[in-house]
Amino acid sequence: MQDSKSVGIVTPQYVHIDTPLQLRSGAALSSYNLVYETYGNLNADKSNALLVCHALSGSHHVAGIYADAPKSKGWWDNMIGPGKPIDTNRFFVIGVNNIGGCHGSTGPASIDTRTGKHYGANFPIVTVEDWVETHVQLAAHLGIEQFAAVVGGSLGGMQALQWALDYPEKVRHALVIASASKLTAQNIAFNDVARQAIMTDQDFYGGDYYSYNTLPRRGLRLARMLGHITYLSDDSMAAKFGRDLRSDELSFDYGVEFEIESYLRYQGDKFADLFDANSYLLMTKALDYFDPAGAYDGNLSAAFQNITADFLVLSFTSDWRFSPERSRGIVKALLDNEINVSYAEITSSHGHDSFLMETAYYHQLVEAYMNNIAT
Amino acid sequence: MTMNNKAISSQIALRPDFATIAEWVKPNTKILDLGCGDGSLLRYLREERNVLGYGVEIADANVLNCFHNDVNVIQNDLESGLSSFESASFDYVILSQTLQAMRHTESIIQEMLRVGKEGIVSFPNFGHWRNRMQIISGQMPVSEELPYNWYDTPNIHLCTLGDFEALCHQCNANILESRVTNGNQQVKILPNLMGKLAFYRFERSSIDSMY
Repeated sequence: MQDSKSVGIVTPQYVHIDTPLQLRSGAALSSYNLVYETYGNLNADKSNALLVCHALSGSHHVAGIYADAPKSKGWWDNMIGPGKPIDTNRFFVIGVNNIGGCHGSTGPASIDTRTGKHYGANFPIVTVEDWVETHVQLAAHLGIEQFAAVVGGSLGGMQALQWALDYPEKVRHALVIASASKLTAQNIAFNDVARQAIMTDQDFYGGDYYSYNTLPRRGLRLARMLGHITYLSDDSMAAKFGRDLRSDELSFDYGVEFEIESYLRYQGDKFADLFDANSYLLMTKALDYFDPAGAYDGNLSAAFQNITADFLVLSFTSDWRFSPERSRGIVKALLDNEINVSYAEITSSHGHDSFLMETAYYHQLVEAYMNNIAT
Repeated sequence: MTMNNKAISSQIALRPDFATIAEWVKPNTKILDLGCGDGSLLRYLREERNVLGYGVEIADANVLNCFHNDVNVIQNDLESGLSSFESASFDYVILSQTLQAMRHTESIIQEMLRVGKEGIVSFPNFGHWRNRMQIISGQMPVSEELPYNWYDTPNIHLCTLGDFEALCHQCNANILESRVTNGNQQVKILPNLMGKLAFYRFERSSIDSMY
């Protein structure tokens, strides 16, 4: 049956940007491709554009399905569509794959036209600031001068925040969900273990595994398993798996015995087949480097002085990777600058993944907030 | 807009206490409304006084209604203090009919004095004669202002005008203005006996601020 609240069949689009991109690291990209999708229609005065920024493993495929793959629902399909909280009857929604990723925009698995080979380890490290610059190019390509809103969860929330910092005149609202103004030491530590898992895989070949027709599958699988644990909560894992066993009795060996082991391995395997290990390294680095207060002696309020956009900040009670405390820090700095901001702490047991779930209160809040945005 | 204005007017009719608070709030100021409920006071003050307002509220349903009223709201437990707010960062900190339901009564007054240049508090006057009569007749008071039974009431710290003034004194709060009302009417004779709702506007006493 057709879902009347789905954007339906969608098709990715590509744009080649040949404006050179100076990266924060000092490196540069002379040109690059961006893959993106759009839902809804841009209105006559181009005032209803909304940019969705993706998190670590997300992509430009935010909503709808592909004609040839009925199970290919976008990663935020429950949030975006006609009559959904982010209503495509009102907003022209754009999803874009960030460079360095592995879903179609230029990244480590792309062919470097200068060498005719995969970028591999030569792909420069990109940051949240760099991504915003690429989004600006996409906006220009689409003829959008100002976004009604820039929206993102987790690493995507960091991009929404960076947008409001770097281009105050181009963002009317920023929705920063389950995010943080910087990672904690614990969070960076998790990322480093994930990177070490990948980089110590014998099939990594210093990032040039493409040339060896192999993948550091075991490392990426471990990285994902670790990440996945941290995206859930103790409670949600207990509720979903507990100590349930795959068979009736303990087998006293090192096989898969507990349901949680089976689940994590399945998630790890699935991810290792779909995602590029070099992209995983890049994404985690972008997370680690993000710290807009860094240039202001750690003073986030000072860093926020140019912000003019209105903000919605949301966090989830069981999210220990991007805890409510981190969101409250963002709210405090916005309050210090007399920015219009609303903040809600949503009770949910799903940990960091809560931002992808269809919790009633969460979706009601986003819907109500979006209704207040003039287009 | 006509609809909005009508909706606002009906709210004022229902909540004469809003009008009293609005009289004390100067235009174009910055206000913090603690326990802001559905945000209708904030919305009213924005429409009437063009304030930059923020609310603090804990209950999900109220926070969502604040979104529907298009006012800024921060979901937070007042009992844990106002650490998100800098000292002296608001012109007014308002506690409208919330004081009596708070556990940490004294510390919220202290926090109001820290964060706001002025504080505004309203509360149901437990000294109203009907309450006294009900107690004399052997029952805990139930009224329009205090509609709960003793066993299900959120109102755990009820007080009279005199009680509140003593607390202000203890907290080094200098009372600038007070008003006692009964519905739309201001009560000037025997306020602690005849008044149903009490309003106080106060600031940190200058003696206190010298330290």
